[in-house]
Amino acid sequence: MTELNFPLAILAELTHRCPLQCPYCSNPLALEASSAELSTGQWKAVIKEAAELGVLQIHFSGGEPTARRDLEDLVAASAAEGLYTNLITAGVLLSKERLAALAEAGLDHLQLSFQDSEAAGCDRIGNYKGGFEKKLDCARWVKEIGLPLTLNMVVHRQNLEHLEEMLALAEKLEAQRVEIAHVQYYGWAYLNRASLMPTRAQLERATEIVEAARARLKGVMVIDYVVPDYYARRPKSCMGGWGRQFLNISPAGKVLPCHAAESITSLTFDRVTDRSLRDIWENSEAFKAYRGTDWMPEPCRSCERKEIDWGGCRCQAFALTGEAGNVDPACGKSPVHEAMQALATAESAKDETAFHYRTRKAGEAAAEKVPEPLA
Amino acid sequence: MTERTTITEDSVPGLPVGVKLRFDKQRDQWVILAPERLFVLDSIALEIVKRCDGKASVGEIVNDLAGTFEAPRDVILKDVGALLQDLADKRILAA
Repeated sequence: MTELNFPLAILAELTHRCPLQCPYCSNPLALEASSAELSTGQWKAVIKEAAELGVLQIHFSGGEPTARRDLEDLVAASAAEGLYTNLITAGVLLSKERLAALAEAGLDHLQLSFQDSEAAGCDRIGNYKGGFEKKLDCARWVKEIGLPLTLNMVVHRQNLEHLEEMLALAEKLEAQRVEIAHVQYYGWAYLNRASLMPTRAQLERATEIVEAARARLKGVMVIDYVVPDYYARRPKSCMGGWGRQFLNISPAGKVLPCHAAESITSLTFDRVTDRSLRDIWENSEAFKAYRGTDWMPEPCRSCERKEIDWGGCRCQAFALTGEAGNVDPACGKSPVHEAMQALATAESAKDETAFHYRTRKAGEAAAEKVPEPLA
Repeated sequence: MTERTTITEDSVPGLPVGVKLRFDKQRDQWVILAPERLFVLDSIALEIVKRCDGKASVGEIVNDLAGTFEAPRDVILKDVGALLQDLADKRILAA
């Protein structure tokens, strides 16, 4: 039997437009055009449907969600439905006045990204000159307005040497919380893997730094830490299980079980403009495909952890084995687990530093540059 | 610079901006909503958190609970103190 839960959280990707071009962006390689974006009215209908479906939290993301002028309206509509509202932003388009308007509309929390602890690295990784200074302004305004602040920091081979400085920056900016997330390799990050993969020594050092900071900053700053799958022994519980707690809506209204799901080219995704959100959640082929445990192959099916990690990540299985229903290679029981770790070790030793930056043009040209599966 | 909050009998606990207590009607439970976090409250935790209104001190909350549930004050103080310190360390309670 596959138990059907109500989704807890929704990630609303309002647009794929973004002034930054981070090489590990979680958006798909094929970026959606602004002309395809849902209207304000369509988003408001989605918000209402989501609340009725049991969603408690809405995360406004993108692209850069503040590129949408109706963000205040959508925050207000969500707050009116009783949803907890969170804005995930690069911060470079925000003014203090707009932040105040968002707070007034009912924004509960803001997550601000930093690509590095200092301007040179931050602006190079995001390919946006002057971004670091704008982010510092944004963080200051957020605190002045009195909104709770989380800093999001994605870490990889080219910025991990600054991890202590990144944590110090978060402390200095008085963030309540910081997310230190190692890059997960789908889409853009998969394309840029050879330039991003950390060495095992870097990973071990990073984990030590985070543990020491957690002890030192107990009760002051919460530190969330996401480790990279390629060096893991057990897979992560991706999204808390496929179609179990979470749904993602793309700018054009495609409903996805996770933000990377479109990388699984064997699936098709329904749109909020064609079917109700409830119908998609309960009945769509894409959500049913890997929900629960019935789809699992061996050794997952008889594994005692099957309802702990829910089989790990389908996007990763697809990227590395060509079949989304295979065992996640992050698991030690996968036949390609060792090959995956060997690949990580080999790529981490490269002196490759160039990025394929995230642009629509690069996304269109990316097809022949994407690394091959392992098997 | 922010400092760790230590909960004592004199602390006046409340939910900070960005943390919300609400009833989840779909699942018939009380939850605390916080940045990227969701805590499901059992009936005891709910009785405690409901009283964290930014006005009552921990001592007063404990007196109220001891009266309401006819339980020994020292036992309640220990439980309440531990729960509130844990919530404060998770930055979902201010005092």
